This record gives sequence, structure tokens and C-alpha cells, in this order.
Amino acid sequence: MSPLVLVLISPLVGALVLALLGQRPYGRDINVVFSFATFLASAFLTARIVANGSVFALDQQFFIDSLNVFLVTLTTLIGFTTSIFSRPYMRIEEERGKMSPNRMRLYFSMYQLFNFCMLLALTTNNMGILWVAMEAATLTTVLLVSVYRTPASLEAAWKYFILCGVGIAQALFGTILLYMAAQRVIGEGRNPMLWTNLNAVKFHLNPVIMSLAFVFLLVGYGTKVGLAPLHNWLPDAHAEGPTPISAVLSGLLLNVALYAVIRCKVLTDGALGNHFAGYLMIGFGLLSVLVAAFSLLRQKDIKRMFSYSSIEHMGLMTFAFGMGGPIANFAGLLHMTVHALSKSAVFYAVGHAAQKAGSQIMDQIRGLMKISPTVGWGLMMGTLAILGMPPFGVFASEFLILTSAMRQLPWATPLLLLGLGVAFAAIFSRVQPMVFGETNVKRLPHAPALLPVFLHLGLVLMLGLYIPGYLNTWFLQAAKIIGG
Amino acid sequence: MTTLSIQLVNLFAAFLLMLAFAMLAQRRVLSLVNLYALQGLTVVAATTVVAHVTHQQHLYYSAGLTLALKVCFIPWILHRLIKRLNVRWDVETLINIPSTMLVGIVLVVFAFNLALPISKLSSSVVPGTLGIALACVLLSFMMMITRSKALPQVIGFLAMENALFFAATSATYGMPMVVELGIALDVLVGVFILGVFLFQISEQFESLDIHHLENLKED
Amino acid sequence: MTKVFSQFISIVTPILLAPMLLGWVNQVRAWLANRSGAGIFQPYRMLHKLFNKDSVMASTASPLFRFVPYLMFGCMLLANAIIPTLSTDLPLASAADAIALVGLFALARIFISLAAMDIGTAFGTMGARREMLVGFLAEPALLTVLFSASLIGQSTSLTTIVEAVAHKHFAIYPSLVFAGMAFILVFLAENSRVPVDNPATHLELTMIHEALILEYSGRHLALMEWTASLKLFAYSTLGIALFLPWGIAQKATPSSLLVALPSLALKLTLIGVVLAVVETFSAKLRIFRVPEFLATAFLLGVIGMLTHILLGT
Repeated sequence: MSPLVLVLISPLVGALVLALLGQRPYGRDINVVFSFATFLASAFLTARIVANGSVFALDQQFFIDSLNVFLVTLTTLIGFTTSIFSRPYMRIEEERGKMSPNRMRLYFSMYQLFNFCMLLALTTNNMGILWVAMEAATLTTVLLVSVYRTPASLEAAWKYFILCGVGIAQALFGTILLYMAAQRVIGEGRNPMLWTNLNAVKFHLNPVIMSLAFVFLLVGYGTKVGLAPLHNWLPDAHAEGPTPISAVLSGLLLNVALYAVIRCKVLTDGALGNHFAGYLMIGFGLLSVLVAAFSLLRQKDIKRMFSYSSIEHMGLMTFAFGMGGPIANFAGLLHMTVHALSKSAVFYAVGHAAQKAGSQIMDQIRGLMKISPTVGWGLMMGTLAILGMPPFGVFASEFLILTSAMRQLPWATPLLLLGLGVAFAAIFSRVQPMVFGETNVKRLPHAPALLPVFLHLGLVLMLGLYIPGYLNTWFLQAAKIIGG
Repeated sequence: MTTLSIQLVNLFAAFLLMLAFAMLAQRRVLSLVNLYALQGLTVVAATTVVAHVTHQQHLYYSAGLTLALKVCFIPWILHRLIKRLNVRWDVETLINIPSTMLVGIVLVVFAFNLALPISKLSSSVVPGTLGIALACVLLSFMMMITRSKALPQVIGFLAMENALFFAATSATYGMPMVVELGIALDVLVGVFILGVFLFQISEQFESLDIHHLENLKED
Repeated sequence: MTKVFSQFISIVTPILLAPMLLGWVNQVRAWLANRSGAGIFQPYRMLHKLFNKDSVMASTASPLFRFVPYLMFGCMLLANAIIPTLSTDLPLASAADAIALVGLFALARIFISLAAMDIGTAFGTMGARREMLVGFLAEPALLTVLFSASLIGQSTSLTTIVEAVAHKHFAIYPSLVFAGMAFILVFLAENSRVPVDNPATHLELTMIHEALILEYSGRHLALMEWTASLKLFAYSTLGIALFLPWGIAQKATPSSLLVALPSLALKLTLIGVVLAVVETFSAKLRIFRVPEFLATAFLLGVIGMLTHILLGT
């Protein structure tokens, strides 16, 4: 069977199996097994892409090229490591009475289904199916955000559903307009919803329709990316759900949404020929960076703080892709990868830290290093990684973005530096007393899962120092596809 | 005959706009659900007429799907929800109804303006209805914002999806069947999840007032 | 010659038929309430009774008070004369178009409010205030309805509008649908029907129209009642002219009149039934809800105009 089909089928089967068996003690392990199977399948897929170049599947409905291949592998990798993390984390949550057996079943099966939706969105060639998959990804996680059934989590999930639903509806309108523009140009016999067909005729698409379509698509998918001013749902949703869900939401789903925006931007740039799409993205990105940085200062809950950090990084990436050009695009793609890895690592560490302290409020977590050096160092290293300290990968991508900005948009550079600086100060000053100093946290009944944390941080470190050949090639090729 | 059919579609579009305003002005939740069902019926009728005029077979299927889902099934679910949650109160609004209507008119003008250049470029037989569909989307959106109870927000969301479906029908003679099936599936699952949600919220808060859901702020 | 004849019957028909329309509406209301009703000629008997009685006047009444019923009757008669009831061949039509029609209604409204305030009782003033409130909001709504219709007819003259809609080939105009709904709401408000005002009420605190004519008696009251039924007739025929104009003759020849008269009678019968049904199924609105009601009418009228501009029809 083609590895692509395996990549998609494995989480689907996993969802079905876990819907039946998720509450058993070995349910957690089944989750890990299925995630590993998905990861293996994607590794095979990647190997095939390295050997043969882009691949179509199933009558051109699926398409893997250099833009989404590394995202697919990234998604399956982080899906796998998060399932490893889920094992002790959810076990402790269950023992503390926050999860019932039925909800464990819901959690595991929805987790696999969520992975399926993300992979579907990444690999599909059909813009309509992309929309369906994005909406489905939102739906699968809505119940997960509210799984603790506290008032705060219900509120977060409701906001998440309504705001993302409205956003996605705008994206649907954008997709309809895109279809309308496509129908006029693409002849009979070729599917006008396939991105590859649209890419071939993008210079002939009507500019008036395409500019309106892009605005709706950016607003719609941008809501899911978490761009200000549409970001209100993000801090709540990422903070109130279980930590593994926060990790995948912050690390993976935001990436997938940004990927959707990029695909649309490529078409719009071809149709319009000017920088309209780029300017919009630059504006939204810059606004997100600034809003997030200044909101960071007022946060008391650690997961909310890191979700604002996600908004800031996504804003930075949007800014990079908006600028366009080979270096900025390369930097944006690198940033997508390293941000996903480091943010999920941070969330893993934060999750265990919060469990040790019994609360997510930062003032109540102190001195992790004394009781559990591994969690303490994990949190510290993760924070340094996400803040852009060299030699971690985030520093490399941020450096590239800033230097491109200095060359192309000098007025934006001080604003970006301000945002990054404020975020650094705010986060570091909060994390430092949490890790060092007098302690008030207790040991956990089960060993925390710290292999994922250090695995991710190791990868980020490696990417900061050396990018493997094939990854480099993909980034360069993808940067060319994105153009601008 | 064709001109009459086109005028019929325009008539249905105008009726859709009227229903969107009627939903905005409604005070009772039960009538909201019935208006939503009526809106679904109008969309089905319009889709069928467009299918007849343009001889596109798949539009018949999609009209049938909409009929089954949005006219019969989802209103039935909503009625059951209302009965089990015991919510029959008057809808509270954040700004009073005449002001809501005035803002609605401004939105309609805005939507028409936005859609005018696109309508001129459209090769569809009923180009003007894209503006009406966009206006209905914006009106449903406003309905979601100005209501303070959960159920009208849900209905506003569903009405928005109805208007988008109508936009697809009028601008591009519907979307490919697989996409429409996917969208229908999404809507169905969405309604189920919302139903589950409403139960959870009403259990937790003993009420479906959205004001209870505004406590997460940074302070 | 036919022009004069056509104008003549256009004036005489309302005078003769308006009370019958009112009687028909009341009869259908009675049937719907499971009563046997007073018959459709009851308003004529009422007019006959009132004309044979003496008119009693308050000592504080001014000449305006005596003069207003005749003025009102004249206004409504002129309004009826310029609305194409049976044929569009009306020489008086060139003197007044749709906007002047609204002006005529406004003139009547001003004078009846002044007359109500003239005596100095509390109920009269209260009625006058409410009448002005309703009229103030209903007038723009009526104007938007007429504008929607004139956008289609390309002229504000009612006869031209009727010819444009009736004598071209059949077409559905979405803007007219909105205008029609708005017109129904304005109709109910301006003619003091439920849900805006209950014409059969005897509770002064809930009255609008009845409060205005509380002080009149004898022949003055007869004229005011007749004027009210003429106003109902005018609005009904206006609605027919704008929205259901098929059957209205172009010239007042006997053959076309043979078609026009029965079609008018049929349409008025239908309107009477619909009005009675609406009145029976609605509850009277509280006074502070009336502006909302009329705002809805205005809104629908505006949307009608907007859809015309967008859809081109």
C-alpha cells in the first residue's frame, strides 16, 4: 500500500480502536503504538519523496511536494512524542480524578481523529477538502478542550468553537470565490478545485475576485492561525485543555492553518501580480507580534503565557511569508519547524510542572530544580529555545527574518525587535523563579515523560547548528514555490 | 420560461434576506428554529430552480441533501434540545432591536457594495444573488454577536452556513459533490457537538446565559 | 368624454363602496369570532342614523373644530380620486402623484390632530400625540414603498406605475415583495387596525384613532366615520394598484369596465378577508412597541429599494 494511504489510514483505525478500548489501562499504550505507526508511514513517505520528488495520489486528490512533506513528518513526529507524553500525564490526571473512563476514551479517540484531520489537510490537493479538514480538526478538539468540565474549560471551548467556526465560515466564502474564479479559467475535464491545476493557471485568475477571495481566506484561516485581532479564542483554548492537547494545538494546528494561508497566497500572488497579499500578511503578522508581546506582560497562568507566545511566533512567521523572497520564506519554513518542536517541548515541561505544583498559576510554581532537575532543566532549556537564544534553531530563523526585514522593510524591524524583546523579558523573568530558588512542588507518583522534551530540544539544537541536506533542499524548493 | 425561473431565484434570494432580518428581530427561540427551517426550505427551492435552469444534475442531489439535513434533521435536533433543556424564554439582546435592524441595513448596503464588482464578472445566470448571500452571512454574524444566550448563537452559526451554501449555488452552481458532502458532514457533527456542549454548559451553570461564559480574562 | 366619465366613477365608487368595505371587514371579524355579525350594510345604517341626529358641540370648540370634518372628507375624496381604482385614465392624476398622495394623508393627519386638541380634553391631546407618533414613523415607510414601486415604473405618477406593472408581461419583482410586506404593516398602522390600534375598543387609554373623534357627534361624526372608511378604501386600492394591478382598465370604455369592476370587487373582498384574519390572529401591541413595528416596515421598504438596485428588478 502506498505510504501516503497508510499515513492517513493509521490514525483513522486508531481512532476507532481507541473509541472502544480507550479507557483500559493499556489504552494509553495503544495510542502510542498507532502514533508510532503513523510516524513510520510518514518516514517511508518522506524517503520516497527524497528519492522521487513530488508525488500525486488517488487521481491527483492528494499531493505531496517540498512544501508539505516536512510538515507531514513534523506532524507525525510530534503526534508520536505527544502520545508518549500523554501516558504518564493522563494517568496522573485520571488518578487525581479529573478524568473519567468515558472521557479517556473520548480523549484518545479524538486525539487520533485530530491527527487524521491535520494530515488530511496537509496532504490534500483539493481546496474544498482542505476546508473540510480544517473545520473537522476544530470540531475534534472542541470537545477535548472542555474535557475537564470546569467552568473555565467550558467557556474556553465555547469561545473556541464559535470564533473559529465563524472564521472558518469566512474561509468557506473565500473558497467559493476561489472556485468561481477558477471555473472561468480552467477548462472542462480538469478539476478546478485542485491546487496544482490552480497553480498552473494562476496568472489568468481574475484579480478582482481573487483579491476579495484572499481577504476572506486570510481572515478565515488566519483566525485559526491566531492572528490578532482574531486571536481571542487562542489563549483560553490552549490554556484550559489538557496539556498534550495544548502542545498539539500550539505546535501543529497553527502550522497547518498557516500552511493553508500560504497555499492561498501563492495563487493570489500569481493572479494579482502585486504585493497585496503580502502586505496584508505583513500587517496582520506585525499586529499579532505586538499585541501578543504586550499581553504577555499581564499573564498569571503559565499556559496562557506560552499561548500568547505562540501567537507572537505565528505572527512572526506570517510576517516572514508576507515579506516573501527566498531568505524570508526559508526562514519562515525553518521557524515553523523549530517553533513546533520547541513549543511542544515547553508544554511538556510545563504540563509536568503544573502537575507537581497542583496549579497552573505561575506564582504557585517555585523551585522545580530542587525536586526534579530533569523537569526544571527541561523547562529552562525549552524556554531559552523558544525565546530565541543561540545556538537553538529559533535564533537562526529569527535572525534570518530580522535581517530580511532590515533589508526590505526597515521601519518594521524596531517593532519586531521590541516585540521579541518584551516577550523575552516577560517570559524569562517569570520562568526563572519557577525553576530556581526555594521549592514548593511535590514529586509525581509516576515518572514524568521527559524523553520527548529532550528529543525535541535536541532536534532544535541540531537545526540551529546544521540543517540536513534534504531538508535544506526542500526549504529552498518550497521557498521558490511560495515566491514573492 | 428561463427569465421567469431567474426571477424566481431572485425572489427566493429576496425572501432569504427577509428571513435573515426576521431572525434578527425575533424574540422567541422556538420561532427562531422555525425560521431557520424555513430558510433551509428557501435555499432548497432556489437550488432546485437553478438546477432546472442550468441542467446541472449534481445540484438536485445537493438540494436533496440540504432538505434532509437542514430542513428536517437539524431543526428536529434543535427542537429536542430546546425541550430537554427547557429553554423557552425570550431572547435577550445586547442592543435593542430597532438599533440592531438599523445596523443590519448598513451591513446590507456594505455587502451589496462589496459584491457588485464581483457580480458583474460572474458568468452565472443569477449574479445579483451573491450580494444578497453575503448580506445574509453578515446579518447572521451580527445575530451571533448581539445575542446573549447560547442557542441563538448556534442558530446564527447555522444560518450563516445556509447563506454560504446559497452563495455557492448562485455564484458557481454549487461546489463539487465531494466538497458538499464534506461540508454537510461538518455541519452535522458541529450540531451534535453543540448539542453536547449546551448540556454541559447548562449542567455546569444552571443557565445558558453567555454572560456566565465571560470570566476568563487576564487579571 | 370618457376621461370625465372615468374620473367621475373614480370619485363616486369610493364614496358609495367604502362603507361597504368596512362593513365587510367587520362582518368577517364577527364570523371569525363565531358571532353572527351586523351585516355588511351596517355602516350605511350608522351613517343614516348619525346624519339624522343633532350635532352637539363643546363650548370651547373653535371654528376649526366644525370645519375639520369637511376638510378631512375632501382630502380623502381627492386621495381616492387620484388612485387608479377602475381605470388609469384619470385627468386629475396629473395634478398629484404618489408623493402628493402621501402629502394629502399628512394634511388630513395634521388637521385631525389639531381638532382633537382643540377642545382641550386630556384624551384628545393624548390621541393626537399618538396619532402623530404613528404617522411620523409610517410616512417614511410609505414613501419607501412608493419609491420602490416608482423605481420599477420609472415615474412617481400612480397611473404610470400601474401601467408599467400591469400591462407589461408578467414578471416577479423581488423589490415589490419587500415593498408589499412593508405596505401591509403601514396599512395596519395608518388605518388604526389591530395590532396597532383596536377600532372596536371602548377603553380610552388604549385608543389612538377613536380618541381623536371622541368629541364629535351627529353629522360631524358621520363625516369622520365616512372619512375613516374612505381612508381604508384608499389604502386598499393603493395596494391593489401597486401590487395587484391586473384588471384595471386603460380607458373607461364599458367593455373594460365590465372587467375592471368585478375584479375590483373580488380583490376588495379578498383584502377584507385577509385584514379580518390578520386582526383576529394578532394581539394589540403595547404603545411603546409600535415604533418597532413601524421601524420594521421602514426597514423592509429600504431593503426593497436596495434589492432593486442590486438585482436590477
